[in-house]
Amino acid sequence: MTRLDTALLRTLAPTVLGVIARRFGDFAAAEDAVQEALLAAARQWPRDGAPINPAGWLVQVAARRMADQARGEAARRRREAAVALDDPQTMAAVDEVVPESDDTLLLLFMCCHPALTPASAIALTLRAVGGLTTAEIAKAFLVPEATMAQRISRAKQTIKASGVAFAMPTAAQQIERLGSVLHILYLIFSEGYASSIGPDLQRRDLANEAIRLTRAVQALRPNDGEVAGLLALMLLTDARRPARSDPDGGLIPLADQDRRLWDGRMIAEGVALISRTLPRGPVGPYQIQAAIAAVHDEAARAEDTDWRQILILYDVLSGLSDNPMVRLNQAVAAAMVHGPRAGLDLLDAIDAEGGLAGHHRLTAVRAHLLEMAGDRAAAIDCYLAAAGATTSLPERNYLNSKAAKLGDKRERQ
Amino acid sequence: MKYVLMMHSAGKSWDEDGLGSWPPEAMEAHLAFLRAFNAALVESGELVQIVALVSPEEMRMVRAKTGGGATITDGPYPESKEFLAGFWMIDVESLDRALELAAQASAGPGPDGKPLNMPIQVRAVMGGPGQEM
Repeated sequence: MTRLDTALLRTLAPTVLGVIARRFGDFAAAEDAVQEALLAAARQWPRDGAPINPAGWLVQVAARRMADQARGEAARRRREAAVALDDPQTMAAVDEVVPESDDTLLLLFMCCHPALTPASAIALTLRAVGGLTTAEIAKAFLVPEATMAQRISRAKQTIKASGVAFAMPTAAQQIERLGSVLHILYLIFSEGYASSIGPDLQRRDLANEAIRLTRAVQALRPNDGEVAGLLALMLLTDARRPARSDPDGGLIPLADQDRRLWDGRMIAEGVALISRTLPRGPVGPYQIQAAIAAVHDEAARAEDTDWRQILILYDVLSGLSDNPMVRLNQAVAAAMVHGPRAGLDLLDAIDAEGGLAGHHRLTAVRAHLLEMAGDRAAAIDCYLAAAGATTSLPERNYLNSKAAKLGDKRERQ
Repeated sequence: MKYVLMMHSAGKSWDEDGLGSWPPEAMEAHLAFLRAFNAALVESGELVQIVALVSPEEMRMVRAKTGGGATITDGPYPESKEFLAGFWMIDVESLDRALELAAQASAGPGPDGKPLNMPIQVRAVMGGPGQEM
């Protein structure tokens, strides 16, 4: 399968699923049928060449699969077979595949339904809307294919049980449900980006898929500020991917990255997008985070970073959401503007509230600020404590090496 | 988030004082419990892997020697009071869910039919880096 064919198949998946689900009225079965059609295409197209009307081909194969299934069930019940494929309406559906009838958003609303756990919503979204195979999704999440298949099938059962119809939610519901969709897309991106260290291409693909799907949502909701904000945030973050790890898979923090490796085109696109979105309002958390990422990305050197601007943005962000991780970043920005003591005072306040008690990131930030303040012994203790508490291997190596470097400096004095 | 649940069986070995020494019906009841537990994990889409280990009699302990070569000793060890019987790797939403599953596994029936309440170690599997630093 060439890359182009894979990309084409993934793009066609929601269109084909929309036609089949609407025609047969059974989302769960339609989703299975489309997955089988995609697998059949992946087998046959490289051998026989891609059909002239790829979407029509997929609809036909998926519809046949639905008909076979209906026949099988009918036979079991010793009833006359219902031959859906001979139904002129089904055949007409092949011609209905027009780019204007975009079901991507409707499908995203279903797959990111709040009744699902994030893990289930992620898996179902990647398969039903992203057009990825179960095997690809399983590889990306490092679980067996059977486990992933089960997760997807349970997700569909949950949707069925909750009685969600294959129809667009009301305008009022859409606003709330769009929030769930963006959250799931953000989680898919984070999963891919956070683990994009080393040669792990399967997982790296997740970040690309998240960007592709968010782009699709943005095209359908061009005036939604948070959709644009999320897309800009992804672009501005992903632009740094080539610089954030060394060839051995070691982690390189933002301040030490070789900024010439950043993807200038992605940064330009992200900056342009957030710049024309922010003034429109209302402003939400994704837009603020994108703005922060833009300020970082626009600094040619780490020391050119406009920390005052970043601190203002974190102040706004912490007013919008009650996330202790945001306040942690706010403390770092405060330290960069007002000195390490100001940052450490904020950490003490976060500590006192207890929401992040013992969290390795709180300890790691404390280590960093103590190092800035020149308190080496305490910084070393905190780096080592954070290294012991993290579940990330590259992060542990990084924190341990920070402690080791400070230890060396102390010995040399 | 992935976790391993490590099941520690009381005793020195499987046959001597472990599960293998129980009355057949008690052993069968425990194995039925495990089958049901495993089936539920498969059904919930949370199972990554099950690894069952042979009895400590089959164990070899290898220790490299300074200057080359290695010392190889056979198990089991007279001083040991429990052994690692096997482990599950699971992929779950939260630590709470991992602990809940471990508590279920811990309560498998013992030789007298009462819950064993055996120790289950729960440890997170290290993964890729988190957020930008």
